[in-house]
Amino acid sequence: MAGGDRNTDEIVISVRGLRNQFGSHVVHENLDLDVRRGEILGVVGGSGTGKSVLLRTIAGLQKPTSGSVEVMGVDVLSADEETRTALEARWGVMFQDGALFSSLTVRENVEVPMRAVVGLDPEIRVALADLRISMAGLPWNAGDKYPAELSGGMRKRAGLARALALDPEIVFLDEPTAGLDPIGASAFDELIVKLSRAMGLTVFLVTHDLDTLHAVCDRIAVLAERKVLVTGTMKQMLKVDHPWVHEYFHGPRARAALDAAAE
Amino acid sequence: MTDEREHLMILNDEEGDLTVMLTGDLTLPQASALHRALTELPTNRDARLDLSGSGRFDTAGAWVVARARQRFAAAGHILTITGANDTTDSLLGAVEDAMPVPATRPKPRTGIGARLDGLGRAVASGARFGMALTGYLGIFLARLGRSIRHPGEFRLTALVHHCHEVGFKAVPIVSLMAFLIGVVLAFQGSAQLRQFGAEVFVVDLIAVSVLRELGILLTAIIVAGRTASAFTAAIGSMKMREEIDAMRTLGLDPAMVLFVPRILALLLMLPILGLIANLMGLFGGALMAWIELGISPAMFYTRLVEGTDIGHLMVGTAKAPVFALIIGIVGCHAGMQVESNAESLGRMTSNAVVTAIFAVIVADAMFSIFFAQVGI
Repeated sequence: MAGGDRNTDEIVISVRGLRNQFGSHVVHENLDLDVRRGEILGVVGGSGTGKSVLLRTIAGLQKPTSGSVEVMGVDVLSADEETRTALEARWGVMFQDGALFSSLTVRENVEVPMRAVVGLDPEIRVALADLRISMAGLPWNAGDKYPAELSGGMRKRAGLARALALDPEIVFLDEPTAGLDPIGASAFDELIVKLSRAMGLTVFLVTHDLDTLHAVCDRIAVLAERKVLVTGTMKQMLKVDHPWVHEYFHGPRARAALDAAAE
Repeated sequence: MTDEREHLMILNDEEGDLTVMLTGDLTLPQASALHRALTELPTNRDARLDLSGSGRFDTAGAWVVARARQRFAAAGHILTITGANDTTDSLLGAVEDAMPVPATRPKPRTGIGARLDGLGRAVASGARFGMALTGYLGIFLARLGRSIRHPGEFRLTALVHHCHEVGFKAVPIVSLMAFLIGVVLAFQGSAQLRQFGAEVFVVDLIAVSVLRELGILLTAIIVAGRTASAFTAAIGSMKMREEIDAMRTLGLDPAMVLFVPRILALLLMLPILGLIANLMGLFGGALMAWIELGISPAMFYTRLVEGTDIGHLMVGTAKAPVFALIIGIVGCHAGMQVESNAESLGRMTSNAVVTAIFAVIVADAMFSIFFAQVGI
């Protein structure tokens, strides 16, 4: 499943010695993580292990207590404003419920990031927004709708369309299939794979969904004990004998997902 | 970027065969220029598009190429792509698969017909709104009747809580407002009446305007701002989180649990707040009349008791329950209209305040006409 030949060894995200602390509650301690260009990395972990916090830290939405985060060679934490803005145009984030601007239509939402591009004609911007909406698998008339009129799955697709509006190199997905029905979830899995292959994306994906891990991810990173416990492919995960990891990948649900993937 | 535009393409116009070569980056910032340049290509014969000399290629670039191919296809010719590497090819394929069907959006109607249509819809929705409010009044009265027949279902604790929120906590602001209105009336009245040497009539002026109109009207406006919004926000956030639906499935009647205690609390509290406002208004007026015109409190009192008919107080107080019903019903109705998003909660809350204040003023005007006709 892993498109191994496409992966180069270039590291695009490198986290070193990360520590996140809220009050006296330490979420991450001495956390290291590397993400390679072109791969789809799935981050898993129990509730409250700070998966979303890790995503937010790498995307620069949250300042860690200590440690370093380097994305495409730029130190996210110490970069000046201008470098950061340039960097932010090279990644996209899809939040859990899409986080679409509720006062704008879906098309306007997708246009928002493109408005910053100098010399782009409005008609072309609209046409490109329609293209993204269609590439995200939404029907053509979804562009005129407001987020409140869409179902949860459609909002996620619209959120993905907006995250991809500037053809980023890295896209962060926070629980992309949470709350979707199984058909919608596997369609979304396919969409992620298709788009990431077509556009050469690096995907950083936080998920709970074992089917997604099987269907989509090249590599898996397990967050436990406040750090990235292990990383590796699905096959390697099955051999890890840490109790939580074993339970996660050998539980009844995991086995069902594994059987489904094997078919 | 501007320099690059000139190098975007080289045309090899050999015999009958058109070859276009794209150079430089084919990405979002160049998309407009590239699209314009490709639109100028004649589509009267087949052509080749050579991408071997191009730099970075993204979805926007792929869209431009795909559009050009669509245009050639529409003219019955073929635009062949050459020199594309694997990634470019796969991106191009993905974009061509997803090219949106040319939108056939219905044109918005304009002209007199559309305006009449809009007017008609606005009138109809206004009428529907009025009917909905009447419906809520009916629901409230029915549930009130039910709670008299079945006192066990009545929520006394909630009523006391809402009386505290709606009535007691509003006392400071209502008192201050009424006191200041009394001061202003005395001040402005004395300035005018002094010209005729009729200073003493300032007492009548204050008494009639505060007792008959201003005391209760301004109290109702303040309460509408405070309480209608609070009702809408409380009920609306419950509606938003499906708590109202949960109540229904648990066999609880939202009207009984939420509307009756709130509206009843307003019905009980607004007359009391109005009386407090009357007292404070008279107090402020008396104080100012004493300072400004030297009318002693004793004289103010005598003049007030002798010169002012009790009917004025009755007229003022009689309006209070009606205003209370308006504010309560508008607030509860708006709360129930909240949909499942936070935006509608904000919109309905401000709608509730505007509607409640407007309706209170309209009702007051109607009362004035009514009392003038019957001669009270």
